[in-house]
Amino acid sequence: MNPVNLIKIALRALQRNKLRAFLTMLGIIIGVAAVITMMSIGEGSKQSIQSSLSSMGSNMITIMPSSNTPGVRMAGSSMQTLTLNDITAIRKDAEHISAISPQVSSSGQAIKGALNWSTSIQGVSPEFLDIRKLSVKDGIAFSDDDVRSSAKVCLLGQTVVKNLFSSGESPIGQIIRFNKIPFQVIGILTEKGQSNFGQDQDDIILAPYTTVMKRVLATTYLQSIYASAVSEAASDAATEEVNSILRVTHRLRAEEEDDFSVRTQAELIKTLGSTSSMLTALLTAVASISLVIGGIGIMNIMYVSVTERTREIGLRMSIGARGIDILLQFLIEAILISVTGGLIGVFLGISASLVISSALNWPTIISESSIIISFVVCAFTGIFFGYYPAQKASRLDPIDALRYE
Amino acid sequence: MSTKILDIQNLRREFVVGSEIVRALKGVSFDVNAGEFVTIMGSSGSGKTTMLNILGCLDKPTDGTYHLDGVDIKELSRNELARFRNTKIGFVFQSYNLLPRTSALENVELPLLYNPAISSKERRDRAIHALESVKLADRLDHTPNQLSGGQQQRVAIARALVNEPVMILADEATGNLDTRTSYEIMALMQELNQQQNKTIVFVTHEPDIAAFSSRTIMLRDGKLQKDSKNENQKSAKEALELLPVTDDY
Repeated sequence: MNPVNLIKIALRALQRNKLRAFLTMLGIIIGVAAVITMMSIGEGSKQSIQSSLSSMGSNMITIMPSSNTPGVRMAGSSMQTLTLNDITAIRKDAEHISAISPQVSSSGQAIKGALNWSTSIQGVSPEFLDIRKLSVKDGIAFSDDDVRSSAKVCLLGQTVVKNLFSSGESPIGQIIRFNKIPFQVIGILTEKGQSNFGQDQDDIILAPYTTVMKRVLATTYLQSIYASAVSEAASDAATEEVNSILRVTHRLRAEEEDDFSVRTQAELIKTLGSTSSMLTALLTAVASISLVIGGIGIMNIMYVSVTERTREIGLRMSIGARGIDILLQFLIEAILISVTGGLIGVFLGISASLVISSALNWPTIISESSIIISFVVCAFTGIFFGYYPAQKASRLDPIDALRYE
Repeated sequence: MSTKILDIQNLRREFVVGSEIVRALKGVSFDVNAGEFVTIMGSSGSGKTTMLNILGCLDKPTDGTYHLDGVDIKELSRNELARFRNTKIGFVFQSYNLLPRTSALENVELPLLYNPAISSKERRDRAIHALESVKLADRLDHTPNQLSGGQQQRVAIARALVNEPVMILADEATGNLDTRTSYEIMALMQELNQQQNKTIVFVTHEPDIAAFSSRTIMLRDGKLQKDSKNENQKSAKEALELLPVTDDY
């Protein structure tokens, strides 16, 4: 049998029932479009989480206080287990740590002249800039000398600058007040934008930790410690090291729980990565269900169509169609429906992703694999769900089929 | 005119229905030469339909031999039978069996689509030629629902002609038509038989239709009852002229 003729036969059969062919196709169209759109949304959010995490410093390690005592456990930031001694010990003994900074923060009102802004001040060491991948755009960063002398100097994030200074005015050298304490602005940080969690990373005032601890908070405890591992790969080793050093300085016995917790970004990246992978898988699974339902739709219609076209099948057999010709005709019809539906679905899915990313501002990434996979799946669906009805048609007895009412 | 197209010897066909054996054909023998116009007659239950199915290579005999154009049908597989039907037999059915929503031309092309040896150009030419020979050259693009019953049957005859079969096998081809249209179809059949020398086997139960053929075979209870040459074959054209002209047609 000439394959061109078979395709012609199948095409003519489909043309006779355009509306039904289209309605059958609709299931596949929606299925494929859904798979591609969902996968592009999932993939897009995964990539955007990962890229913003690595811009935060993927080798960053954070040490937070935590509770190891029974009874009411307070929030980490209100616990007082981390001290400057810990910093000294880690700086002295840890080999995998390249930079370390204490961190204390206080929220309050920053005032400059008639303008004011509710923000928070972070007390850190100069290394903090390195660890958090921050840089100074104008002016200079504070130095270790400023830390030693508890100098009342600060660096401002862009949001703070915008709120405290009228445009055109240079903040460098000016004095602002934070909770009534005057600070001289010595530098402005480069804009960093929003974090993953919707936090404005530019709404920040950095000052020497000594200044914040003594003059603003009057405390000797740290809220957290930020450190950098020598590399992202060394994150795990650095975590181990910090863990054992802190257990020694905190004089914890073997059976006691840690009164601090050490987190790496690698862990966070992994967690968020796997969360969004799971999300992608979930979305894809839901979308795949619609693809399968589309396939069942094909089977349903082909099955009905075989019954309805029994006489036609009988006629074709009587004028010389072999069983295999009938089988291939129905199979080709099913494949044509699913492949055409698949193509329209791919087109629709890509357009939907583009519309979503431009209208809702969601990051979407259309991967070739998602297109190829969904297309192959839908072609396969056509063959799989088309085969049974096609086989049924090919096994009809021409005598019975011709007399079928 | 002595080439044997059909050669049937002691043909038997038995069906097993439940625990009973139904003998539809109980040993029938006859042969048909090229260019004959044979009607097979018989009341229901006479084995007429079974005979037709076997003649059309849709069914095989239980016993006995059937040679069509010199080939023993019993030796052919299901696929070979399909191929054989495609090239040797042109079917005309009582209910036309045209594909709906498909033009006359495409309907006539259909058998050729199952013949890989024929190019699409040749297919079209032959289909147009076949439609011309049934006088429907001006209806190529009409779909069956735009055609009258007689026109539809003529499309079906064109479809039977297009593969240049050795035999046209008609199954009650006038059964759904009124007398006038029946006679028109019979006139066409006679024309094909006499002018183009087509062999026609026409199954019917109407004696006045049988009168247009050159030979009548009567079946009764699975046996050949009568096989007679029709000495005074009627002309369907003349019969048509004798019909009263009615206003409602």
